[in-house]
Order: sequence, then structure tokens, then C-alpha cells
Amino acid sequence: MSGHSTYEPKTGIERWLDTRLPIVRLGWDSIVDYPTPKNLNYWWTFGGILAVCLGIQIVTGVVLAMHYVPHVDHAFASVERIMRDVNYGWLVRYMHANGASMFFIAVYIHMFRGLYYGSYKAPREVLWILGCIIYLLMMATAFMGYVLPWGQMSFHGAVVITNLFGALPIVGEAITTWLWGGFAVDNATLNRFFSLHFLLPFMIAGVVGLHIWALHVPGNNNPTGVNVQSKADTVPFHPYYTVKDGFAIVLFLILFATFLFYNPNALGHADNYIPANPLVTPAHIVPEWYFLPFYAILRAVPDKLGGVILMFGAIAVLFVLPWLDTSKVRSMRYRPTGKLYFMIFVVACLVLGYCGGQLPDNHVIPGLSTFILIDADLNSMVWLSRLATLYYFGYFLVILPLLGLTETPTAQPESISTPVLSHPAGMPAGAVAAPEKKG
Amino acid sequence: MLRKGIALAALGLALVGGPALAAGGAATPHHVDFSFKGPFGKFDQAQLQRGYKVYREVCAACHSMELVSFRNLGQKGGPFYDPDYQNPNDNPYVKTIAAEYQINDIDSETGDVIQRPGTSADAFPSPYPNEAAARAGNGGALPPDLSVMAKARHHGADYIYSLLSGYREPPAGLTVSPGQYYNPYMAGDTTPFWTGEGHAPEGGFIAMPPQLAPDKVTFDDGTPSTIDQQAKDVAAFLYWAAEPKMEERKAFGFGAMIYLVIFAGLLYASYRRIWRNVAH
Repeated sequence: MSGHSTYEPKTGIERWLDTRLPIVRLGWDSIVDYPTPKNLNYWWTFGGILAVCLGIQIVTGVVLAMHYVPHVDHAFASVERIMRDVNYGWLVRYMHANGASMFFIAVYIHMFRGLYYGSYKAPREVLWILGCIIYLLMMATAFMGYVLPWGQMSFHGAVVITNLFGALPIVGEAITTWLWGGFAVDNATLNRFFSLHFLLPFMIAGVVGLHIWALHVPGNNNPTGVNVQSKADTVPFHPYYTVKDGFAIVLFLILFATFLFYNPNALGHADNYIPANPLVTPAHIVPEWYFLPFYAILRAVPDKLGGVILMFGAIAVLFVLPWLDTSKVRSMRYRPTGKLYFMIFVVACLVLGYCGGQLPDNHVIPGLSTFILIDADLNSMVWLSRLATLYYFGYFLVILPLLGLTETPTAQPESISTPVLSHPAGMPAGAVAAPEKKG
Repeated sequence: MLRKGIALAALGLALVGGPALAAGGAATPHHVDFSFKGPFGKFDQAQLQRGYKVYREVCAACHSMELVSFRNLGQKGGPFYDPDYQNPNDNPYVKTIAAEYQINDIDSETGDVIQRPGTSADAFPSPYPNEAAARAGNGGALPPDLSVMAKARHHGADYIYSLLSGYREPPAGLTVSPGQYYNPYMAGDTTPFWTGEGHAPEGGFIAMPPQLAPDKVTFDDGTPSTIDQQAKDVAAFLYWAAEPKMEERKAFGFGAMIYLVIFAGLLYASYRRIWRNVAH
């Protein structure tokens, strides 16, 4: 899409179609001849992996919807019926349930990659924002999907999350009632969640189309963050990246299959195999693992409204990130100080995820019973969450804006090809020495 | 930087520390070497048959299994699977077992409420007509449905085995309410009922009295009928009931893994070949 199209229709029918609907040209320019930086590493394969994840979720989801019954009295049993009586229903359902987790593993790696290599910076701000929208839609879809089996965690998770909107002043109660379709999480809630859970993936697919469009206009970022300068810096997408992405996708599918076939319930919660009972609240209500960091931020704030604002703020801040980072250097490779702060940021996110799965009063250091400082037990998960939350926001709102103005980046290469050619040892063995001997 | 350093040190400790068990947590269940564990694990059919007998003669007096049908018993991997009867509805064991039950039905000619002998297609009949009756018969406690019990508790079959065989005399200093029984593997918190020294004991209270006893169930294959054996066998049966397609899943997974590994190897070789002339 960027630059001149190289597509040449070879047959009569292709010429005929090309003057009416140049769809073959679009495909050719997008995934065959699309010039791609030749130095993309494996962190760049997660875009393709995510496309596969979305495809798997939609195909398995459509099949599941053929058998699922969205009614509070039948939902739980209908899911188990899929597991027991539908041909390969266990495969389809476990693929869908574990596929959601795989989707989030991939999207988090994809986002951290974008953060590290500065893929959100000009001219890729719109690309980044579209990615944030996809992530928001994914979260909504995953949350509503988890409600559908109508187990204990489904029901009480839905109660907790929908009640968050009740914290909003004045309109809170009305919004909550509107979301529920009644005065409690009940059949109407389940029905609308099912409807939206079916709709949102197709909206995700649509935004993914825009995301790819916005990618193909400026072209890919790359590990050096240096702009593509000549044809020598790029290779055609096909076959170079179709084969590299394909290899990474299959490796990812091996990870997927390990969970799917050998530990299909490891990423879920046992309580969700107990049918929903509004009168019995589970001992610990925890969301799925991919929401735990946000759950920790929510619980880090003693005030409900404050917690809700901070939790949504944690996502909102991503949208304005392109204008918060003041550094002109894209890749953290050439920002030694920035790299350190980034690594701490990754650790802070993992710590938030860990805290989200613990009780707030649990001790961080088991041997040390309490560490009281001014009326607060600092040796508790809630204080660790607060520390990590502080760093999460500090990274975006203080560190990135100031660091870009004060740090001294190391020398960037003049072009993508320069660092490659100056390190011949980095090339595959025999790559240039004797290509003719390798078949 | 110093503050960051302290934060990092705290983080390191947090990651090493691992989750701390709050006082009053349940004891960690025993690890049982069930035949169905591991990537190639399969059900032990004799064990499933013994487990079914324990379920039927002990558990089924109070617990329903609404999601399991008689035909499931004769499915591949099930307790009464017979390769000669690929359609489990025709399996003579299954038909005989089903016919031993009376199923509530409506006479299609007269509309009268009747009882008829069970068929392979029927679900396991529940011991109580409704939840209120179940509670009334059990001192207010509801015996949970056991269809997916092995998936609905952490540690699954290990937990069921440990709970059933793990009843203890309550330690001195622990007050047990009438109609409740102490079990170290039951989730809960004994702290409010503890007047003894030190930490309150692990575990919680359960409304179900100890059910298993030596020789309470006679195993037709001559296996000594100890509490330990009964608990293991019924735990295995309940795991099968919760995951009846486990053998099919693991076999399918083995094939899928071989396919994926070979495919990955081919793609890697293609990748090396295609990129061989590109310095990158």
C-alpha cells in the first residue's frame, strides 16, 4: 500500500477484475510484495500469531454457539453437554477456553514489544491507538465469554465487574441497571452478554483490518527503530516473513496444544465448574489471569470510585502514550537508561498480576509477620500492589516524558543494513560463503 | 535509583517468597499415583468399576450425578466399555445396570405419572426429587451434584481421595457443632472454634459424616476393601465422570504434537533456506 504497486495482472480475468475491483492487487501489495524490514526478530511474529488466535476463537466460537443455551437454567449443563455428547465438543470447547488465554499471552508480548521498540511513535500513532482499541474490545469479549458457562466464578465475576460502574456518581446506578437488564445479574444479563460476545469478535476483526491498513502505510517499525531508507533494507513479505511467521505460529501452537490436550483446566478456576448460585459467594473471587494486574490496581485504592478510575486509567494512559514519550529515539536498544526503566516496568506488571491473585492481606515475605509503618502493614499484598501501581503510572506519566529530555542515547546505526553488515558473525553459517552448495 | 533498588529487592523477595497460606487453610491433599495422570495416562477399567460400585452403594444415597447417563458407562474409556459393543446403548452391562433403576416418567397413553425400568439413554436418577427435599434429608446441608466434582475442586481426584479418607478426631480445643464433622482437607477456617494452644488446626467442617468403612463395599474382583482403596477407586470414578473424554483427548494430543513438531521442523528448514542469502 505504501508507494507504488508492483502488481501486474497476468491473465485476462485478472486484468478484467483489476479494473473493476482490484482485490487481487490489494492482496498482492499487502502480503506478497509488501516491503518489510529485513531485520525483524521473533518478537515481530506475534502479529501473525494474534491473527491466528482470532481466527481460532471465531471458528470455535461459532461452533460452540450452535450448541450453547443462553439461559440461566441450562447454560451450565449445555456447556457440559458440549463436552460429553457433541462430537469433538471437548476439543472445540477447550480450544476456545484455552484459546482466550493464548490470545492474551500473545497480545501482551505484542504490546511489550511495541513499548520496547517505540512502535507507537510517529508516524505510527494511529496504528498504536487502533491496537489499544482492539485490546479493549478483547477484554470486553473475554469478560463476557467467561460469564457464559454460568459457573460460580462466571456469576460472581459478572456481579463484581458490573458493580464497578455503580461507583460512578449520579449515573452509576442507572448504568448498572441498564447493563444488567434488571435489578441483578440474571437471565437478561446472560442473554445480552451472549449476544455481545458473539458480536464483538467481528468488531475486533474489523479493527484488525484497520490496524493492518495503518501498519502498511508507514510500514513496519524494526528493532533498530531506524527508518527504512532503501530497498536494500527490506525484503518482500512473501516468502521471507510468511515462512518466519509460519514457523513462529507453529511453535506457538505447540504451547497451545500442551495446555489444550494435557492440562486444559490449568488456566481456569475450579469454582467455575460449580453451577452459579447467587446465594453462595465463593471464598475468593478472582478474575481470569489476564485481568489480574488490573484487579490489583483496582484493589490497591481504598476508595471504590478511585479504584475504578485508576483501573480504567491504566488502559486510558496507553492511548496517549505516543505524546507522553518525548524521546526522538524509537528503540530502547539505544536508550540504556530507558531500557532499565522498561525492564522494571515489565517486572511491575508481573508483580501486579501476582498481587491480583492473592488476598490483599497476605504477607509478601512469609517469615516476617508484619512491618508496621504509620498504621499500615507494609508487608502485605495491597502495599506491594500500591508500589507497583505507582511505578506503572510513574513510568508513563513521569519517566517517559522526562527521560526523553534528559537521557543521552547511544549511537544509532545510519540504516537498517549498517549494523548487519558490520557484524558478519551474526549471519547464518554459510549464508554468503557458498550459497550454491546449499541446494 | 536507591528507591528503585529497594523496590527491586522487595520484588525479588516477593517472587522467591511465593504464596503464603493464610491461617486456617486446608491441608494440601495427598498426591496419589492415579493411572490417568500424566500425558499418556489412561483409566484403569477395574478401578473405575470398583469406584462405580462405591458411588452406587455409598455416595448415590445422597448425591446426584445429573450429567452422567447409563450409556456413558459403556463408552470408550468408561467402566463397562466392551469393544464388542461400540454403541454403548447395546452394552449388556449397561442395559442391566439401567434396568435395575426405576425412572419417573409420564405414560404417553394416559398421561399418568408412572415409573418404568431405566434404559441406557437415561441419566442417573437423583436420590431426592428436589433441593428442598435433599436439604431436609441432610440436616439443612445440600449434598452437591458429583458429575464434575473432580474438576470443581483444586487438586481434583487427589482432593476427593484425601477428603474421604482423611477424617480425623478433632484435636482437643476444637469445638465441633452438632451435625458437623472435622476434616483437615475441607476448605474453611477453624479459628473461631479454636480454644487450644497456637494456630488453629488446618481444614474445616463438613456436614457429611465419614462414609467409608472397611468392607463396606464388596469388590467383585477380590481387591481388599479398605477405606484407602474405596476412597482411591471412587475418586478415580469421579474423575472419569468429570472428564469422560480424557483418553480420547490425550491420544488426539499425541498425534497433534507429532504433527506440529514435524511441521515446525519443516518450516524452520524452509526458513533457513529462504533466508540464506539475506544478511539480517
